[in-house]
Amino acid sequence: MEKFTVHTGLVIPLDRSNVDTDAIIPKQYLKSIQRTGFGPTLFDDWRYLEPGEPGMDHSKRTPNPDFVLNAPRFAGASVLLARENFGCGSSREHAVWALTDYGIRAVIAPSYADIFFNNSFKNGLLPLTLPAEVIDQLFVEAQATEGYQLTVNLAEQQVVTPSGAAFAFSIDDFRKYCLLNGLDDIGLTLQHADDIRVYEAKRQQTAPWLF
Amino acid sequence: MNFIYSYGNVILCASIMSEGLVVAGKTLYDKVWDAHVVRQEADGTALLYIDRHLVHEVTSPQAFEGLRLAQRQPWRVNSMVAVPDHNVPTIGLEHGITDPVARLQVETLDANCRDFGITEFNIGDIRQGIVHVIGPEQGATLPGMTVVCGDSHTSTHGAFGALAHGIGTSEVEHVMATQCLIQKKMKNMLISVDGKVGAGVTAKDIVLAIIGEIGTAGGTGYAIEFGGEAIRDLSMEGRMTVCNMAIEGGARAGMIAVDDTTINYVKGRPYSPKAEDWEAAVAAWQDLHSDVDAVFDRVMRLDAASIQPQVTWGTSPEMVLPVDGKTPDPAKESDPVKASGIRAALKYMGLEANTPITDVQVDKVFIGSCTNSRIEDIRAAAAVAKGRKVAANVKLAMVVPGSGLVKQQAESEGLDKIFIEAGFEWRAPGCSMCLAMNADRLEPGERCASTSNRNFEGRQGQGGRTHLVSPAMAAAAAVTGHFADVRTL
Ligand code: SF4
Repeated sequence: MEKFTVHTGLVIPLDRSNVDTDAIIPKQYLKSIQRTGFGPTLFDDWRYLEPGEPGMDHSKRTPNPDFVLNAPRFAGASVLLARENFGCGSSREHAVWALTDYGIRAVIAPSYADIFFNNSFKNGLLPLTLPAEVIDQLFVEAQATEGYQLTVNLAEQQVVTPSGAAFAFSIDDFRKYCLLNGLDDIGLTLQHADDIRVYEAKRQQTAPWLF
Repeated sequence: MNFIYSYGNVILCASIMSEGLVVAGKTLYDKVWDAHVVRQEADGTALLYIDRHLVHEVTSPQAFEGLRLAQRQPWRVNSMVAVPDHNVPTIGLEHGITDPVARLQVETLDANCRDFGITEFNIGDIRQGIVHVIGPEQGATLPGMTVVCGDSHTSTHGAFGALAHGIGTSEVEHVMATQCLIQKKMKNMLISVDGKVGAGVTAKDIVLAIIGEIGTAGGTGYAIEFGGEAIRDLSMEGRMTVCNMAIEGGARAGMIAVDDTTINYVKGRPYSPKAEDWEAAVAAWQDLHSDVDAVFDRVMRLDAASIQPQVTWGTSPEMVLPVDGKTPDPAKESDPVKASGIRAALKYMGLEANTPITDVQVDKVFIGSCTNSRIEDIRAAAAVAKGRKVAANVKLAMVVPGSGLVKQQAESEGLDKIFIEAGFEWRAPGCSMCLAMNADRLEPGERCASTSNRNFEGRQGQGGRTHLVSPAMAAAAAVTGHFADVRTL
């Protein structure tokens, strides 16, 4: 997994609440057996005027001029500013893969759906939470200022604006540690393989019908 | 409707332990959680042991690939049961899957199951069906288990007093490799549906009414226990419908206490415990309910008698109305963010404000999905369809049973004939038009009465308009051509 330490990037404001995973990546693309290649179809239904299917050359489709992702000033953005309950709906990790494949490294929102939130950490994408008033302010600044960038410092747990204002965010120690070091969860868990075996042996005694 | 809330101010009937500590009782969630903690870190992050891992074709290929790349083996193969469902065609199965991309995904699941020795109910096997239908049907979901699947509607299995939730593909790989999930404990919420529901009001109406009240993020961070007389009165099919949609209220897990209804359902199924194991299991399951002095972080009470048949009008499951209701008017909403949400949803749905929902005509009807495709659902729809005809303006009304065994049972009761005579299509099992990964889908602008669980934009096909209802209400829409109160049909 890619490490996340400090990231400075162009901000793209997506001013909608309850953005669901069907909107982030529509189902027809879930037929893929790969983890990559989802970037061109991120927000597919909103992003293009004609319907999309897997296997198409998406660069030949007509971009929806009204969708924020297609505005030239937001090209190359890597920090997504979003509204509450971002990522609700299905468990599809393809939603996170689409965001990272597009180049998003951090999402900033007032709240997230649980499964999306969890999936993000497994892929080096930092979903951080700031209070709604701060988010409102960041939306205003990002929309008003061309080239608006934010710096996300994970070690310091801070988001810093171009004017130097800093906002603290909280994060679980374990998740922070994994992200900072780019650690694979499975390897870490297998360090406790003996504990798992002990538990399993005990459970086999108390609930043999489960085995 | 009559709702009473209380946040964290539940009366505490604490018992004094011998050490002099005051300890409250445990919730059902606390009990199942505690029984599965392998180890816990100082920050509360725990390794939770997983008893059952259900696998389907869409969210597993990248996980198997990850195992191979790291040269890892599954920790406990017999904890896994696999089934293709999302991509399976519901018609013309004899030709196989014609979409090459979908076929590759299903074949990849077959190959992975073969290579790793995982039990799979393949296409053509009578046991094949939607993963959340076949798990319980096979007895692979048992009370007190931890159950995971790379699918958010895994909450369904909580109907058995199991702790069941959806996980992403990285977690699928993690569970395969370690039999554990890294988890932090959620908070406890109790939703108690008190009293009895009226005639014609089903489990689907109960859960839609709940989501209408708590909102799609109301359960975020919680495990929800559903309780109260109206929940206890439900069959296992109805309880599964309720827990299935816990995720639509934002909760990864929904749970219901174990009682005789649960135990009678589980008994004698292929994976259920046998002989003396059965006796021991039933004895252990007696404890799978919240203690009387358990403390919930949030409690919500709902008066069952006030619930009417429900119909969603918008693009989120919380945008729901009783059948005698009207679409909302954004002009009457004081919160500008909410007003613009209502406006956007009305526009997408092609509806005007203040429209009685029974005035809205439908183009298609879908009866199926992991929410409502079990035998009781099919029976409820058939009871309405019997002796009636699908209305002329309805282009397609389809019934998709949840599994081969549900289909077989329905056919043995002659329900397929009732549907076909009424003008419905009777299909083979799968997810079908719930998410339209196969050929069953809505065309842009088409409106559907659907028994599924999500009415997001484009869910059933790009530009498609979904209204969530119960099976009886879907059948009522099919035969009248518009939403109609099934109680007065
Ligand atoms: S029926 Fe629908 S919600 Fe259920 S598992 Fe299939 S696609 Fe998901």
